[in-house]
Amino acid sequence: MKSGRLLQDDLTLAYRAHPEKIVAIVEGKEFSYADLFKESQNIAKHLFDRGFQRGDRGAIFIENSWNVLTSIYGVLYAGGVFLIINHLTKQDKLAYILQDSEASFLLSDTMVSRHFIPAVEQNSCLREIIYAGDLIEPFGSIPLTRFDDLHFGASSEDASLFSDSINLDLAALIYTSGSTGDPKGVMMTHQSMVFTSDSLVEYLRLDAESRIMCFLPFAFDYSLYQILMTVRLGASIVIGKSFAFPSQIFEQLRKSGATVFPGVPTVYSTLINMYEKTPFTLPTVTRLSNTAAALPAKYIAMLKKIFPNALIFTMYGLTECKRVCYLEPELIDTHATSVGKAIPGTEVMVLDQDMNPVAANQEGTLYVRGAHVMRGYWKKPEQTKQMLVANIFPGEFILCAQDRFVMDGDGFLYFKGRSDDIIKARGEKVSPVEVENALYSISGVREAAVIGVPDPFEGEYVKAFVSLEPGSDLSSRQLRQRCIAVLESFMVPKEVVIMDELPKTDSNKVTKRDLS
Amino acid sequence: MDEKKIALRKFVLENYLFTEDEGALKDDDSFLDNGILDSMGVLELISFLEEELSTSVEGDEVTPDNLDSINKVLAFIETRSH
Repeated sequence: MKSGRLLQDDLTLAYRAHPEKIVAIVEGKEFSYADLFKESQNIAKHLFDRGFQRGDRGAIFIENSWNVLTSIYGVLYAGGVFLIINHLTKQDKLAYILQDSEASFLLSDTMVSRHFIPAVEQNSCLREIIYAGDLIEPFGSIPLTRFDDLHFGASSEDASLFSDSINLDLAALIYTSGSTGDPKGVMMTHQSMVFTSDSLVEYLRLDAESRIMCFLPFAFDYSLYQILMTVRLGASIVIGKSFAFPSQIFEQLRKSGATVFPGVPTVYSTLINMYEKTPFTLPTVTRLSNTAAALPAKYIAMLKKIFPNALIFTMYGLTECKRVCYLEPELIDTHATSVGKAIPGTEVMVLDQDMNPVAANQEGTLYVRGAHVMRGYWKKPEQTKQMLVANIFPGEFILCAQDRFVMDGDGFLYFKGRSDDIIKARGEKVSPVEVENALYSISGVREAAVIGVPDPFEGEYVKAFVSLEPGSDLSSRQLRQRCIAVLESFMVPKEVVIMDELPKTDSNKVTKRDLS
Repeated sequence: MDEKKIALRKFVLENYLFTEDEGALKDDDSFLDNGILDSMGVLELISFLEEELSTSVEGDEVTPDNLDSINKVLAFIETRSH
């Protein structure tokens, strides 16, 4: 076993051990470990030849597809740091992330060029765009290269050519929304990502024969790690683009004999709705997992019918450490509302405001300790300080998860609520401040306040309250229309209520608790 | 233009593109590829077909071939009305 393993070492080892084994199935097309290794090497060599330096950032802005995998390992083999941007991201936020990360290369697709062309025009760090899809006419001065034009015929000896990274080097920036509005890049090192992949594989009880069905966006770390675990194990991943057409996912699942199904509550409620109309089963699945929001206990009986052979894993985590805890599947019936215990190799504490442990069954704030914890937020030291706490363990930072928890007498964790304002709509993180900023950017809007409203189907939905400048005749629909121009679709308020005045305190701060 | 097409385009434009500009949506634009509908959107589209266009959609008919663009939805409605 190699010491100080880097993420890409897993691919190199898998390629040497079984080059013809299938690593990915994408819309029925099969790709081998040899394909992944060689295409990643092509990308890495190209980056290297174009002056990509160790530690440089490569931004990936592509929907779920084969090119995401080759781009991840391509950037890693070149000694770089990858970041995956949700393909639904619009121009302004894309421009922000590209500028914040100071990415030198963008790997993308013609299908989203209407968003990246204007974003790139505002950017000063990007040196080249590598893309798939129809030919893009040159715009501005930035070089454009097509994935298909990268052919260098690398061999396995080339793997060490491009980088002298060590495991403390960053491997990825994982952008996440926060309470302050601007997305932040969670810094993850090779060491933390390798450790986390191993811990996940261990508790999920996966092996080289696992076939992981993956249809949530790779920009979400839940999906990203399905790739990392697959390559770690020398297993296979089945890639879908979206759960919009579930029967398409089922067909892929059945054809590929997928054994692992990572979902979120909205996916499961859709499945249950479908099952109630016409029962069906997915018997090849032996592992089912849930994260992003609590899995309602009443879903579990139905999920056992749909997935009769699956172990069900309920879990909790945050991007800042990827995952915190999981419930052993054998306990799903007796501990249905718990999210279990710390993932292997890590520990958790529930502390009060003075950083002292609370008694069993008493509510406190969750703190997390382990090699999976982030290095910090990229170039945001103030915000990092709020999350990474010193002085509990000498010379060490532990992560404040910011959420409220209770631990029972047997050490089982129960999620009690967020202590920030983040809304979880359809399992996606929505920052009220980001939405409020979008509303404030509309001329005619005087005040805006955004809250989450509980919803049995979506978890929460996004609701906005707005007051207008005198003389403005903006309608709710027009306000939503302006939002979709700058926000991802899942962030757009489902309802916009126009009021004369928003409720305020004496010091003129909007009181959100008076809104519902 | 057929009544059903008018109603369908209006539904998609108003609820997912938040515009009345007809140019924002071509009849063969893929909802999926253009990020116009996500999984919730597809369910809402199905409710719309069932409630407003008297077309029921069975579970196994929820496929991109049947529903992934204005033209495909119209063709699907046609086959169901015979």
